[in-house]
Amino acid sequence: MAIDILMPALSPTMEEGTLTKWLKKVGDTVKSGDVIAEIETDKATMEIEAVDEGKLLEILVADGTEGVKVNAVIARVGEEGETVAAKPEAGEAPKPAAQAAPAEKSQPMAQASSTVPAAPAVKAEADPDIPSGTQFESKTVREALREAMAEEMRRDGDVFLMGEEVAEYQGAYKISQGLLDEFGARRVIDTPITEHGFAGIGVGAAFAGLKPIVEFMTFNFAMQAIDQIINSAAKTLYMSGGQMGCPIVFRGPNGAAARVGAQHSQDYSAWYGMIPGLKVVMPYSAADAKGLLKAAIRDPNPVIFLENEVLYGHHFDVPKLDDYVLPIGKARIHKAGKDVTIVSFGMGMSYAIKAAEELAGLGIDAEVIDLRTIRPMDVETVVNSVKKTGRCVTVEEGWPQGSVGSELAYQIQANVFDYLDAPVGRVTGKDVPMPYAANLEKLALPTIGDVIEAVRAVTYR
Amino acid sequence: MAVRPATEKRSRASSAPSRTQKSGKTSNPTVNYQVAEFDKDDEFKAYRDMLLIRRFEEKAGQLYGMGLIGGFCHLYIGQEAVVIGIQKALRTGEDQITTSYRDHGHMLACGMDPKGVMAELTGRRGGYSRGKGGSMHMFSREKQFFGGHGIVGAQVPIGAGLAFADKYRGTDNVSVVYFGDGAANQGQVYETFNMAQLWKLPVIFVIENNRYAMGTSVSRSSAQTDFAKRGESFNIPGEQVDGMDVRAVKAAADRAVEWARAGNGPYILEMQTYRYRGHSMSDPAKYRTKDEVQKMRDERDPIEQVRKRLVEKGWASEDDLKEIDKTVRAVVTEAADFASADAEPDPSELWTDILR
Ligand SMILES: Cc1ncc(C[n+]2csc(CCOP(=O)(O)OP(=O)(O)O)c2C)c(N)n1
Ligand SMILES: [Mg+2]
Repeated sequence: MAIDILMPALSPTMEEGTLTKWLKKVGDTVKSGDVIAEIETDKATMEIEAVDEGKLLEILVADGTEGVKVNAVIARVGEEGETVAAKPEAGEAPKPAAQAAPAEKSQPMAQASSTVPAAPAVKAEADPDIPSGTQFESKTVREALREAMAEEMRRDGDVFLMGEEVAEYQGAYKISQGLLDEFGARRVIDTPITEHGFAGIGVGAAFAGLKPIVEFMTFNFAMQAIDQIINSAAKTLYMSGGQMGCPIVFRGPNGAAARVGAQHSQDYSAWYGMIPGLKVVMPYSAADAKGLLKAAIRDPNPVIFLENEVLYGHHFDVPKLDDYVLPIGKARIHKAGKDVTIVSFGMGMSYAIKAAEELAGLGIDAEVIDLRTIRPMDVETVVNSVKKTGRCVTVEEGWPQGSVGSELAYQIQANVFDYLDAPVGRVTGKDVPMPYAANLEKLALPTIGDVIEAVRAVTYR
Repeated sequence: MAVRPATEKRSRASSAPSRTQKSGKTSNPTVNYQVAEFDKDDEFKAYRDMLLIRRFEEKAGQLYGMGLIGGFCHLYIGQEAVVIGIQKALRTGEDQITTSYRDHGHMLACGMDPKGVMAELTGRRGGYSRGKGGSMHMFSREKQFFGGHGIVGAQVPIGAGLAFADKYRGTDNVSVVYFGDGAANQGQVYETFNMAQLWKLPVIFVIENNRYAMGTSVSRSSAQTDFAKRGESFNIPGEQVDGMDVRAVKAAADRAVEWARAGNGPYILEMQTYRYRGHSMSDPAKYRTKDEVQKMRDERDPIEQVRKRLVEKGWASEDDLKEIDKTVRAVVTEAADFASADAEPDPSELWTDILR
């Protein structure tokens, strides 16, 4: 049976090429590995090697032919004495039998359905019930984060902390204070200033089954490492068909601090929120910081944990429980209300909460939702609230284009368009790099006034 | 007293070890203590220039304490000899300079106006970036000062890129890029070393080894603590230099500049120096002893070294020196007054300079 030799593709985008020259003629015997022809595209010239043995029975495309389509039959090889088989009918697809190098012999594919299956719905668990009688104690976000790490490190010997100044200096922002004393230098590791390198080392250690917590001094510096975070940590589970996992937490302060200028004041929630393969958490309160960081450390996936320097010193009530773990992917209704839904997360919550208090004075009863997790996003909680209120304002410090608020607005209109009584309002940082001057910095950040104004706009009051 | 611009006259490097070297200096056999010959004018100018940086930084520290300067503020006190010695080997306004966030000294050294620098620190419209950059992000096209970079190590390829432009245009300018001992561990530094040597770029890498990167001492962060060797595998020549002696800095800079200007490619200078203050204003600096700092101040202070020579040689009386101090203080006070009284940027500036 004669075998078709097909025009090979030299690159993923190649559609056609020139058959420059045949190096064998009809009647020649060819062995696997013999160069039989040269082909050319606008990008490269390449030799075609025979994959099969036999006699060159027929050349179907002459030297110098341009515009030869990929997968067109260019020649046939067969047994000594074999004659040329009947030409395929016009329109008949070339048989995927022998193909010229570099493509390998391919088996006909098992036909899979070509329709795109729906993305599976993510259903977040509810927060665990806090048993009645549980005591609360006032803690800073800083203490809550430290406790979360310490508890998880006590619980699991594979958890370790790595980053700049985390050990001997006790943390640039003192989140890791005391951890070196308790866990020693094997598990609390100072790195040189080499974000891309140590993020990658963390990813490798996680591939090997350890559970690194990688602290970035601030997330501004994680930009040095973003390739390892996205290309290695986030995508490898998928690329390996589920064999590999990357149980790692990248954490550190994110967003604007105070007067530190453009290169040190940036909110990455929307950046990481875009990446499939990551979970992205951005807590506001100390209780959430604790419960969600513990969950992040236990999670078998890479988790981006976005903290806020300004919030580190804020006090919140934290339940006094031995093992307080919260579900990632679940929003929290901070305050119920009926007139408008305000959705925020992280530092944005401080504007949202104060705005809601002032709005109450104006007779507007706002429901305030703390998203807590950016990815996977708890759309259900938001949508259910908007069904009730018919109006929504989102609040964040990041830039407007492609913001978390933009995604929320999309989800709301797609899910509860008929319930909306006004377009979704969006409060963000201004669309500028962060200026240093005190007056300009104030203007660049969202304010409580901005939130109130946006709420009045959507409530027409 | 006649003060010459740095470019007017070239001091010759002297191969004789300095007299002061033998007395009391910690001698490290790999460090180059050779000094350039400084005449009276050179010494006076170095003294005045270094003192300006020190007084300026002390004032910045005060203004920070008063809340007039915000955010991060990294002082250069202790390291003055590095920029002053290097600048003396450069053609100000032609050779390009790039550095980190610890940049006030570099800007003063290349002749930027103290008023404009201080007003940027206070975030006022008269600042070099019109108040929009802050302490870490300042620039001057006129002086060929290309910042002021807040991301550790980022200035290194940028400085090489400036050298690339020099080579591309066929000028004989050189580019000096300053970075710290901590920055020297960033990956992009080595990517840059490779390309700089491969393409023979006229760039001088000045590693300001002040022994600490924030709270991490060099020995805790670096497998190779001899930074002059960091270019070895790329065949980039390197020297360890006594960065506390402005004459040694000048002599080394002369060699490096000559090398790069002649088209031989990059050169590495490890400047052994020391920062007296904390990393930034909020650093309690518990990672080193007070004694360590005091010893440095007492034995190696770059300004004191020059002062001593001026007096010993009979070139300056105590009164002359007091007079210099007075004029320097006046310049700094004027800068601080300007920076405190100047207006904040106009709110419309929020939306300018994003694109052009
Ligand atoms: C990429 C990056 N990582 C971390 C930081 C935070 N940081 C600012 S300065 C600094 C120490 C740098 O030390 P060194 O390079 O020795 O310079 P020095 O401050 O001593 O002048 C660190 C870790 C940063 N600005 N950029
Ligand atoms: Mg340093």
